[in-house]
Amino acid sequence: MLVRVTSTPTATFDDITSSNSSLRRFLHGLPGVDQVGAEARAASLGTRSIKTSAKEYAIDLAIRMVDLTTLEGADTAGKVRALANKAIRPDPADSSCPSAAAVCVYPDMVGVAKETLGDSGVKVAAVATAFPSGRAARDIKLADTHDAVEAGADEIDMVIDRGAFLSGRYLDVHDEIRAVKQACTRPDGTSAHLKVIFETGELATYDNVRRASWLAMMAGGHFIKTSTGKVQPAATLPVTMIMLEAVRDFREATGQMVGVKPAGGIRSAKDAIKYLVTVNEVAGPDWLDPDWFRFGASSLLNDLLMQRTKMTTGRYSGPDYFTLD
Amino acid sequence: MTDKRTAQKTAQKTAHKPVFDYAPAPESKAIVDIKASYGLFINGEFTSGSSKNAFKTINPATEEVLAEITEASGADIDTAVKAARRTHSRVWGRMPGKERAKYLYRIARIIQERGRELAVLETIDNGKPIKESRDVDVPIAAAYFFYYAGWADKLEYSGYGSQSLGVAAQVIPWNFPLLMLSWKIAPALAAGNTVVLKPAETTSLTALLFAEICQQADLPPGVVNIVTGAGETGRSLVGHEDVDKIAFTGSTDVGRSIARTVAGSNKKVTLELGGKAANIVFDDAPMDQAIEGIVNGIFFNQGHVCCAGSRLLVQENVADEVLERLKRRMSTLRVGDPLDKNTDVGAINSAEQLGRIRELSAIGEEEGAGRWSPTCELPDNGFWFPPTLFTGVTQAHRIAREEIFGPVLSVLTFRTPAEAVEKANNTPYGLSAGIWTDKGSRILWMANQLRAGVVWANTFNKFDPTSPFGGYKESGYGREGGRHGLEAYLKGTN
Repeated sequence: MLVRVTSTPTATFDDITSSNSSLRRFLHGLPGVDQVGAEARAASLGTRSIKTSAKEYAIDLAIRMVDLTTLEGADTAGKVRALANKAIRPDPADSSCPSAAAVCVYPDMVGVAKETLGDSGVKVAAVATAFPSGRAARDIKLADTHDAVEAGADEIDMVIDRGAFLSGRYLDVHDEIRAVKQACTRPDGTSAHLKVIFETGELATYDNVRRASWLAMMAGGHFIKTSTGKVQPAATLPVTMIMLEAVRDFREATGQMVGVKPAGGIRSAKDAIKYLVTVNEVAGPDWLDPDWFRFGASSLLNDLLMQRTKMTTGRYSGPDYFTLD
Repeated sequence: MTDKRTAQKTAQKTAHKPVFDYAPAPESKAIVDIKASYGLFINGEFTSGSSKNAFKTINPATEEVLAEITEASGADIDTAVKAARRTHSRVWGRMPGKERAKYLYRIARIIQERGRELAVLETIDNGKPIKESRDVDVPIAAAYFFYYAGWADKLEYSGYGSQSLGVAAQVIPWNFPLLMLSWKIAPALAAGNTVVLKPAETTSLTALLFAEICQQADLPPGVVNIVTGAGETGRSLVGHEDVDKIAFTGSTDVGRSIARTVAGSNKKVTLELGGKAANIVFDDAPMDQAIEGIVNGIFFNQGHVCCAGSRLLVQENVADEVLERLKRRMSTLRVGDPLDKNTDVGAINSAEQLGRIRELSAIGEEEGAGRWSPTCELPDNGFWFPPTLFTGVTQAHRIAREEIFGPVLSVLTFRTPAEAVEKANNTPYGLSAGIWTDKGSRILWMANQLRAGVVWANTFNKFDPTSPFGGYKESGYGREGGRHGLEAYLKGTN
C-alpha cells in the first residue's frame, strides 16, 4: 500500500520526484482517507480523560512545545521583546515552570528576538517565503528565507504554494521546498530547521493533507505544519491526526522522523491535551517531545499556565495573575 | 514550587523517556443506588413474586455480589401476562396514538436525564467500558424511544396497519441490556402493545431501573412488566398461551427451541440470533479508517456483539501490512477497569462466557492458527480476556465458523471480489457484513451479493433507530428498528 523504501536514513526519492507525473502517481496512490471515519477517530481520542499526574505531565510538556507567536503588521521591537521574555519565563512567579520552545516572528523581527533570547535555549522561528499567501516569485521567497537565516533564525516556517498544489503542479511545490531548504543553510554549513506550512484550510480535503504531508517529507522538511493562523479553519484535531499518521508511516518507510506542528485555533489547555493524546496514540510516544511536536499559538500559553497553577495550588487565579504579552 | 513537583521533575529528567501514562480516571459509582434485593415489576409495582428462589448478580470486573434478583416462577409469569392483557384491552390498546406518544417521549427524556446513572449501572452489571455505556448504549436507547414515539400517532402510514397485536413476550440478552430493552419495548409500546420482558440473568439491573423510570413517567400499570430469571423463566414466558408475540434476541440454539415451541400457534415471532460477520478489506481501502473499523468491529463491547466483525477477510496483497497496522493499533487498546473513562476493553460478562471464549481459542491454536495478543496486564479478579487475533485461519477452522462472542478475531485472506463474497457467505449465519474500499461501485456490487441483513460500507457497528436491523439464515428473522420494525408489532393490513 505505502511505498517501501528499503534504504535507511538517507533515503532519496529521486525516482518518484523525477517528473511531475511520477510524483502525481505516487501521491495519488497513497491510501485514501475516509472523512467520516477519520473525524470519528479524532473525536474519540478527544474523549480521553487526562487527570492528576498525567495532566501535570501533559501541561508541562505542552508549555515546552509552544512556539509563542506574534505575526501582526503592528508588531514592534517592544512587542517582540516582551514576547521573548515571556517565552523564557512563562510564569515569573514559579521558577519550576519550563520555557516555551520558540518565539515565532516575521523575518525583520528575528534580530530583536534573538538578542532578547540569547542563550536561553528558546529558539527563534521566522515565517518566510512571502508568508502567509506565498504568492511571490521564487527568488523573492528565497531572499526572504536568506534574510531570516542571516539574522539568526533557528527555524524557518515556510508556506507552500497552494495554487500550484491545487492545480496539480506537485513537482513545483516539491522543488520549491527543496530550494528553501537549501536557503536555510548557514555559511558554516549548519542549517536552520525547516517547517513546511500547508494551510490545510485551503487544501480542504484530508486526502490533500496526506499528499501534502508526503510531498513535504520527501522534499526534506523537518516539520510539517498545518496553518498560518491567517485562514479559517486553522489547525483541527482530525487534520493533525492525518499528519501524525503520515509522519508515523514515513518513519516506517524510511527510518526518518519528521515533526508536526498544528498552529492556529488551539487556545485551551484542554484542547492541547487532546492533541497530546493524539500524538501519543497515533504517532507514538517518540513524538512527545518539543523536537518533534510543537503548538503554534499565543493565547494557549496563558491557559496552560492557569491550569498549571491550579494543579499546584488547587485554586484558579484570575487572568490578571498571568502576564499579557 | 512543591517538593512533590521537584521530585517528579528529577524523576522525569533521569528517566530515559517519560511516558504519557494516563492516570486513573474512574467514573464515580456514587450516582447509583443498588438495592440488596430486587423483586419483579408486575402491573406497575415491585412484588416479591410467588417463588422463593433468587439468584445473585455480580460485577464481572470484580466478582463482587451486587444484588439478589428474584427468579420469576410460572405463576409469576402468568400474573404478569394477565396484567399486560388487562391493560392492553382496557387502557393501552385503546389509547389514541398521540397519547401513547407522550409517554414514550417522557420515557426517552428520563433516560437522557438519568443517563449517567444508567451508564454507570450498566457498566457495573455488565462489565462494558463506561465510555461505551455512556456514549453508545444510553444515547441510542433514548433515541429508540424518541424515534418510535414519533410513530405512535402515524401507524396508519406504516404500511402494516394500525392494529396492535396484544401482549408481547420479550426476552433479551446480556450484551446490551438497556439498549436491547429499548429496541424491544419502544416499537411494541408505540404500536399499542403491552409487554412482559425478561432481561438476561446476569444483567437485570438496568431493566429494573427502567421499571422505576416507567413509574416515574406515570406509565399506566401493566404496560411494561419486567420478570427476572434464567432459562426456565424465559421458557415459561415464551410458552405462555396468552402471549401474541414473541421477540427474542440471543443464541441460535435458544432461538431454534423458541421456534419449535411456537410452531403451529398463532404467535408472531421475531428472532435476532448469532452471527459470524465478515469484515472485508480491499487493497484500496482507506487504510487507517479500515484498521479502526476492524478494531471497532471485533473489540467493541469485548466482542459481545451478535453483528461483530469476527472474521476479517483481507485482500492477500495487503494482508501483511494490514496485520502489522492492526497489531500496532491493538497494542494501544486499554484493557481494565470498566469504570475508568479511558478503558477501551472491559470485562467478559460471565465466567461461563469466559470459559467458552477460552475453549474456542484453545481449539483455534490446536487447529494450527497463529494466536497473537498485545501484552496487557489483566486484573486478578473478575473475568478477563485480552484482545486476540488468529492468523492463517481458513474456512475449515472452527474459529472461522462458530460464534465466539468475545474479543477474538479470525483473519482470513482472499484474492478477488468474487472470492470475498463466496467466503463471506459461506457461513450458516447472515446478520451483518462490512466492506472497506474506496470504490463506490464495488460497495454496491458487494452489498447485493452478500447474504447479510446489514451491510456496512467503510464503517462498522453503526446503529440508528431509523434503520432496520436483522438477519438472514440462522441469524434469525424479522427486523427491528425503522419502519420495518413496526411490522412485528402490528396486525397488518389484511
